[in-house]
Amino acid sequence: MDLALTILIDGAIYASWLFIVALGLTLIFGVLKILNIAHGSFYAIGAYAAASIVGLFAAEKFAPAFSLVALLLAAVAVAVIVGPLLERLLLRRFYGRDEVLLVLVTYALFLILEDVSKLIWGVNPYYVTEPYGLFGDVSLGSLFYVGYDLAIVAVALICGVGVWYGLNRTVLGKIVLAVIHNDEIAASMGINIGKVYLGAFTFGVFLAALGGAFTAPMISVQPGISVGVIIVSFAVVIIGGLGSIGGAAIGALIVGVARSTAVHIWPAAELFSIYLVMAAVLIFRPEGLFQRAVARRI
Amino acid sequence: MTKGTYRRVMTAGAMLAAGLFAAGAAQAQQTFKIGIVTFLSGQAAESFGVPAWNGGKVLIDELNKGAAPAPYNKVGFGGLKIEPVVIDENGGATKQVQELRNLYQRDNVDFVIGYVGSGDCLAVAPAAEELKRLLILYDCGTPRIFEDAKYDYVFRTAATGTMDNVALARYLKNSNVKIEKFSMINQDYAWGHDSRSDFIGAMSSLYPNAKPEADLLPAFGSGQYGTEVSALMRTGSTVVHSSLWGGDLQAFILQSAPRGLFKKATVVLSAADHAVPPLGDKMPEGAIIGARGAYGLMAPKSALNDWFWKIYQDAYKVYPVQAPYRMVQSILGVKSAIEKAMEKNGGKKPTNEEIAAALRGHEWDSPGGRIRMVNGNGHQAIQDIAIGKTKWNAATKSMEIVDIQRFPAECVNAPAGQKGQDWLKAGMPGAKC
Amino acid sequence: MSRNLHSTLLYSAALVALLLAGLMLPQWLLFLLTMAASHGVVGLGLIVMMRGGVVSFGQGLVFAIGGYVAGLAATRYGVTDAVVLVLLGSAAAAIAGAIAGPLLARYRSIFFAMLTLALSMVLYGILVKSSAVGGSDGFNVPRPSLLGFSINETNSDYAFFALSSVIATVLTLLVTIYCRSSRGLLSLAIRDNELRVEYLGTSVRAAMAINFIIAAALGGAGGALTVISLGHIDPNFSYWTRSGEFVFMAILAGHASAPAVFLASLLLELVRSFSNKYFPDTWQLALGLFLLLIILFLPKGVGSLWAKPERLPRQAAEKAKQAAARNATEAAE
Repeated sequence: MDLALTILIDGAIYASWLFIVALGLTLIFGVLKILNIAHGSFYAIGAYAAASIVGLFAAEKFAPAFSLVALLLAAVAVAVIVGPLLERLLLRRFYGRDEVLLVLVTYALFLILEDVSKLIWGVNPYYVTEPYGLFGDVSLGSLFYVGYDLAIVAVALICGVGVWYGLNRTVLGKIVLAVIHNDEIAASMGINIGKVYLGAFTFGVFLAALGGAFTAPMISVQPGISVGVIIVSFAVVIIGGLGSIGGAAIGALIVGVARSTAVHIWPAAELFSIYLVMAAVLIFRPEGLFQRAVARRI
Repeated sequence: MTKGTYRRVMTAGAMLAAGLFAAGAAQAQQTFKIGIVTFLSGQAAESFGVPAWNGGKVLIDELNKGAAPAPYNKVGFGGLKIEPVVIDENGGATKQVQELRNLYQRDNVDFVIGYVGSGDCLAVAPAAEELKRLLILYDCGTPRIFEDAKYDYVFRTAATGTMDNVALARYLKNSNVKIEKFSMINQDYAWGHDSRSDFIGAMSSLYPNAKPEADLLPAFGSGQYGTEVSALMRTGSTVVHSSLWGGDLQAFILQSAPRGLFKKATVVLSAADHAVPPLGDKMPEGAIIGARGAYGLMAPKSALNDWFWKIYQDAYKVYPVQAPYRMVQSILGVKSAIEKAMEKNGGKKPTNEEIAAALRGHEWDSPGGRIRMVNGNGHQAIQDIAIGKTKWNAATKSMEIVDIQRFPAECVNAPAGQKGQDWLKAGMPGAKC
Repeated sequence: MSRNLHSTLLYSAALVALLLAGLMLPQWLLFLLTMAASHGVVGLGLIVMMRGGVVSFGQGLVFAIGGYVAGLAATRYGVTDAVVLVLLGSAAAAIAGAIAGPLLARYRSIFFAMLTLALSMVLYGILVKSSAVGGSDGFNVPRPSLLGFSINETNSDYAFFALSSVIATVLTLLVTIYCRSSRGLLSLAIRDNELRVEYLGTSVRAAMAINFIIAAALGGAGGALTVISLGHIDPNFSYWTRSGEFVFMAILAGHASAPAVFLASLLLELVRSFSNKYFPDTWQLALGLFLLLIILFLPKGVGSLWAKPERLPRQAAEKAKQAAARNATEAAE
């Protein structure tokens, strides 16, 4: 019983981290129809920005609690600077082109950002440990956890509920849903598609950067952190269905729990557990758990 | 497609080819042009690639000025200046084979020093052998290179990974640590797999009654270790072994230390010395760590080490850890072999074969101690290793390594002609400690 | 038929010229050309698929299968002939394609790309775990012989260059002939409008599956060729970045002309190699910029510089119109 509880808690923490990133990925795909390989780079840049801003706050002798504000600020800064810049200058030129071509564009972007962040921040590691101790320790079952780990769950819940509410209960959200559903018809109804694209992309970048910024306190921020996160968040959106927000949540939970079950019970299968779930979903529901099968072109 | 256009394309191709040929033909005469391949980007840049090349760079500058202490005080290699060409190791083994060939055949380097990744080492060794060009592997740890094949032109100037884990187990035994159960966490790729089985092998002869418990294999570059820490905390193990390195190691330490892993168990880390300077006070006390040699804070006292420490620290404001030491021991080894070959051939620039002959079975002093090319028919180095324990020095505000134990090379490496795994299975016969 | 004959002559002449030119090229360039040709064969498969309107983002799957089968045949079963190894690799990949193809043939656009990507990553996960085939480090493959001749250090660069050139030329010719056949032209019709093709009584799924199998066979041949000349294989053959490079190669080539893929492959190898040499610290930046510029300014690929993709469908339409007219007159009589 205790083991089951541990598996669930560990799975939920991992799933929360994953969900924040995958939510941005699925949102960008839903609206812009771009499968964004550079999403991992935005995550990494978020972590770097968090390191810089937390460092700045610490130098100004702000109270440690402000470091949480710094994390949020980092994500907002990355989104506001990187989002519009890339959307306006680069992605805009490729709308309407083949979706696979757009994957390639983001792959090129991934390569470029990898070196650009190295040019800005160098290769030496950054640590953002100030926020990590803010929430103390929490004991759950026979183990105790760092409170911050559980705070990530709260952040993921806020993101998920916020996006759900925003999409389903606000006018702006309805407009975005209309564009997700069919952008041509939405445009003919007088919706400014360009603005929706810009907003959705920027918000997607924000979520990736938020994931990175909130992970920064528990890792060493250095080159290469962008790669690992791409593959797992791809697995999440494949399992959940591309472009589906509920799918991203369920996909993240499935991956999280599958992984923590493997670690606790059959550790040799940890890496493979994610691929195994993905393969199983692909065989039985290749379009993902929450995706309507696409109609063919007429 | 018409014939005309095809001809045009072919002509363009031929012109391009001719231009490239001309570019590659220029050849260096009175210098030693050497290729350096190491990680300048990706996960291994911070911990291995960049510091290694930093060490190489300051050393080569000093060597070219003839400013190194004896016996390395000749300018460059035997009076010929050293001209390095650096290539990024990131991008997979296929790319490394292609770029290695380009270094030899296009850039006409005299030899290549490089490779951190085991997979890269394994892939490039036959390519160098086929071209009959000299290749010095300076870092990678897989024993498969010389255990599975024989080479005439390939050398490795650092010991295999076997010694890291044998030394850890011996350190535990010498320090009278009682072990009933132990757990392990290693990355799910060749380095992690090899380290794990080497540690189990060494433990089974030194602690025949200790049982392996949790045996975790997180993905390389995972960054999230919460679940693994829970699994380790649930065990009754008093010792936790890990061969994690770089960003993965630092993330694991940052996430496991607050949850009390380092208080509950003795954590032994086979390659962790490079995490000490960046982590500083975030590095937990009482961890038993290795450096894959006698490097950095655990280097033996010598004039050569003091000199290297100073030039490195002056240049980069941080003290050197394992990666620069291994690069430096490689460059010094080749330098002394070249100079030995030049004594023999009357001072001419030696050929590949002459350098290889001088390097086979060669011995030299490095900042990390004496390196001896004993195994793999004189192509594989063995060296002494040191293991120590982390301790915070409140007065100097720095993390120190105390209770250092040194193990002679013959104590922790398999004897010549025997495979590491077989030696461990047999109970490490013939070890001279 | 005369067009195919014309192509055969042209390709043979080009091959002879290439083989002669190879005698004068420096060794490093020979090896680079060998790699470009081997990878180009995989790209050729992608072009076959792209003509039907789908792009696989997981050609690493068949590339790795071909490579591993050839590598294992050479190391475990003592197969020494290079041509046999390529055939084995290609056949194994084709079988894998025949299993996966019909399942995937239902899907289009990004879903098809994602599914193939996922499959290749599943294989990657399996290979990393398989210590019997060297795990993540892979294993080395000894130099094979070529049609009874032994390959040694002095002639290996040219031998592999010749082998890959011959195989690449033959396969390109076969693909060109296939693309001109009625079955091949069907792909373009599917790309234009699937439903119409189905109403005409042809199975779109079967056509897509066949394209997938052809692409798999080509991918396997490319993988085997790469392993033979490289002498090494590891799970990265199936990694997503590898597949991404193949897609880039195919996009850079465009689907207008099959031989263009080799030019694209060569260009990619040259850019990668020289940016590595001149910008060791920022070669990814250079490569990424190159990719972006190509996609921006050569949207239809280098093949569009000399071949017009519209020609084929229009001709097909002409043929169809003539046939319809003939049928109409026959019916009237």
